[in-house]
Amino acid sequence: MLSKRVIPCLDVRDGKLTKGVKFLGNVEIGDPVETAKLYYEEGADEIVFYDITASSEDRGILLRVVEKVAETIFIPFSVGGGIASLEDMRSVLLAGAEKVSVNSAAVKNPHIIAQGAEAFGSQCMVVGMDVLRVDKSQAVPSGYEIVIHGGRKRMGLDALKWAQEVESLGAGEICLNSIDADGTREGYELDLTGLIARNVRIPVIASGGAGSPEHMVQAVTAGRASAALIASIVHYGEYTIAGIKEYMHHAGVKVRRTW
Amino acid sequence: MIAILNYRAGNLTSVKRALDHENIPSQITDEPGVLKQALGIIFPGVGAAGSAMRNLQTSRLDHVLKALIASGKPMLGICLGCQIILTESMENSTQTLDIFPGISRRFDPDLRDEAGNPINIPHMGWNSVFLHRECVLFRNVPENAEFYFVHSFYPDPDPAYVMGTTHYGLDFCSVFGRQGLWALQFHPEKSGRPGLKILNNFYRYCLEQSHA
Repeated sequence: MLSKRVIPCLDVRDGKLTKGVKFLGNVEIGDPVETAKLYYEEGADEIVFYDITASSEDRGILLRVVEKVAETIFIPFSVGGGIASLEDMRSVLLAGAEKVSVNSAAVKNPHIIAQGAEAFGSQCMVVGMDVLRVDKSQAVPSGYEIVIHGGRKRMGLDALKWAQEVESLGAGEICLNSIDADGTREGYELDLTGLIARNVRIPVIASGGAGSPEHMVQAVTAGRASAALIASIVHYGEYTIAGIKEYMHHAGVKVRRTW
Repeated sequence: MIAILNYRAGNLTSVKRALDHENIPSQITDEPGVLKQALGIIFPGVGAAGSAMRNLQTSRLDHVLKALIASGKPMLGICLGCQIILTESMENSTQTLDIFPGISRRFDPDLRDEAGNPINIPHMGWNSVFLHRECVLFRNVPENAEFYFVHSFYPDPDPAYVMGTTHYGLDFCSVFGRQGLWALQFHPEKSGRPGLKILNNFYRYCLEQSHA
């Protein structure tokens, strides 16, 4: 029986974590490689790196981080943020990432999904979706709209329609981030997660809103997600990944408990 | 030295990195001479069966591999490398290497999970392996360990060779083979410490064979 995945997300800028990780103690604060190693040893099922580097000339720094991570941890990890071309994908995958995540670039040019799946396989094509709750309309009948640029730009594109389109283009997985829930720590947007997960056949990762292990249980039960993305609740030492998994296990969710 | 077979199918470097981490000497190669010299061969691969077979045939590595296996060279097939040693694949009805009798089948989209929901395809993530018989690769691997899978087709070999199964909508074969020639549907190089242990056990077996 397939386990539900717990996936910490690390934001990286210029090769450093953008937020310190409080409980690291003996490792350099802000080192993405050391932090990834710590989460690997704590039982993370996968790790997501999200690069928020502004300028493209700094991509080289990111690639060196990816190479170092690939030599250090032996679980899958993905890299997203600023991936806009086949060349971007190729360099990240060659550096050792298991998957790449495309977001804004796919909204602007959906063919990049098909091209990536054709060149590297669907299994490494994750499509990140940032979604805003809106009034239902003809253009957005589900009441969930795709936004880009960190939620600043509304695209008039229905999230459900887009999810089905990325699936048919060959995406292997959807990382579904609710802009409304993000940062609230009040739980994932379960209606949205369930809506998308019920209507595609590829795995959906719930993202945005995690504040407690119970929220993660909800994401993978009521929300039907295959995995739950977390950030601040583990970065600041409030919970450990092992502790979250123990909680999920006692709530009847199958999670990986031996590593 | 362990040879990692290079047949231009997917990312071979993740296996290499895992072996490096475990201080297991290895080389990515398509040279028959190097393959022959190696203590054992890892046959990795992600991607489609059809293009992988074409690459093997045009480079004549299919014949090289069969001869090496006949000579008793230890081998470990991973993911696509596990499916392609069967007789055929339903992926575009491709004839494959036929080292073990069997077929690679696609997960039926009508299959359901424990909660009664349709399964996601690909089967992606961590799952358990139930060993049906003892396998030296799993020596000192915790019984409740899980392994990382990512695939839409699964191997269905002659039952005589099934060593372990995994449940995903149905029970499918995730470990098969015989002593010295094993096939794993999951990725040991991406399965954390239990996966690294399997790679170590393979290397240890190869070392023992070379001294025997």
